[in-house]
Amino acid sequence: MDVVIIDTSCANLSSLKFGVERLGYKVAVTDNAEQIKNADKVFLPGVGAAGAAMRIIKEKGIPEIVQGLQQPVLGICLGMQLMTEHSAEGNVDCLGLIPGTVKPIKAEGLRLPHMGWNTLTEIKDSPLFEGINQQDYFYFVHSLCVAPSEYTLATCDYGQTFSASIHHKNFYGVQFHPERSGKSGARVIQNFLEMKQ
Amino acid sequence: MLARRIIPCLDVRDGKVVKGVKFRNHEIIGDIVPLAEKYAEMGADELVFYDITASSDSRVVDKAWVSRIAEQIDIPFCVAGGIKTIEDARIILEMGADKISINSPALANPQLITDLNQRFGQQCVVVGIDSFYNKETNQYEVYQFTGDEKRTQKTSWTTFDWIKKVQEKGAGEIVLNCMNQDGVRQGYDIDQLKLAREVCNVPLIASGGAGAIEHFTDVFKIADVDGALAASVFHKAVIAMDELKQTLINEKVEIRPC
Repeated sequence: MDVVIIDTSCANLSSLKFGVERLGYKVAVTDNAEQIKNADKVFLPGVGAAGAAMRIIKEKGIPEIVQGLQQPVLGICLGMQLMTEHSAEGNVDCLGLIPGTVKPIKAEGLRLPHMGWNTLTEIKDSPLFEGINQQDYFYFVHSLCVAPSEYTLATCDYGQTFSASIHHKNFYGVQFHPERSGKSGARVIQNFLEMKQ
Repeated sequence: MLARRIIPCLDVRDGKVVKGVKFRNHEIIGDIVPLAEKYAEMGADELVFYDITASSDSRVVDKAWVSRIAEQIDIPFCVAGGIKTIEDARIILEMGADKISINSPALANPQLITDLNQRFGQQCVVVGIDSFYNKETNQYEVYQFTGDEKRTQKTSWTTFDWIKKVQEKGAGEIVLNCMNQDGVRQGYDIDQLKLAREVCNVPLIASGGAGAIEHFTDVFKIADVDGALAASVFHKAVIAMDELKQTLINEKVEIRPC
């Protein structure tokens, strides 16, 4: 199986790569259009600010490549946020792969960023969350979020309820960092890699 | 609910994990990667690696071990020590660290916090603060270059002013090392951390003084910190991670079970 991590020039590329490799899969980090198109599974990683990240991936021609993909694609953290239509962070249009917009977390009186291990409050029946339940913790680090909608696969609560995961067609996104979420995160990565086309 | 974090801290010197008392007299504890793996398996929520020689002797430290840790462990970790520029930070983050922590270089150039924030995002910019309670002036004072006792010096900042300043500059998290307590296992400096909490709107991590399980209970319940960092109690197996976490859960502190 060909697994590709899109080289978005962001900082967590190698932790994601190691996370996939720990599960016994080979993985390529690339921004090559052909290699991405031909992969069986594609990761879209991202950390940092949406405005800067969109600028970088536009320079690389990544939006057109990703928008044309038919195979399962998993966006992680900022990568998930970039899959939506718009982010308030830098007031930037995103990839438009999954309906929704990114807005600051309404964390009345709570500290931001939402940083640390949190549980999921609702989990829809999805191959991505096979074997995951509400007692499992995932590592989150973010200050903006996607509100729950019909495209939400799982929710998390911090000040407000927000989407911990979203899905539309072949595009999946998780707000948490599965590569840094111990065994439960590894299970989500494994679920994605084992998912049928 | 968001869990409070238990964070073993590994002081690194020349590629080995060391531990001193009150920042001094360092003894070797063991190799980095096996220790990191052990703590991750035991149920640590996050790890911090402080390259304690780095800031003090102004050399570029070999950070190849960062990549070896990132390969092996599946929990977040932060690297501190010797990060003075965007480029220093980029190398460490690319090797797989989730966060970088700056201390003395932030004091020398507070703009560095903002530059790091804008380049890599607020979430990976941690500011470490070494704070010493001066009994004579009844002030909490910020120190720098604490990795080397010959160069350790007081700055002109009081701790709470500096906490406010680093937040203005864009810090995503603050680790407050209470120097009077460090390594002596008498408990966290609850009074100081409570005061820090009042002015700190980003995650606050307590450091210095953990010696018993009740110290963790107190620091979470009374000082309301987001995480508690400790070194010697874990290195010397004074506290077992599973017992610590179970006790905290029984005390109704939100904790990710082992």
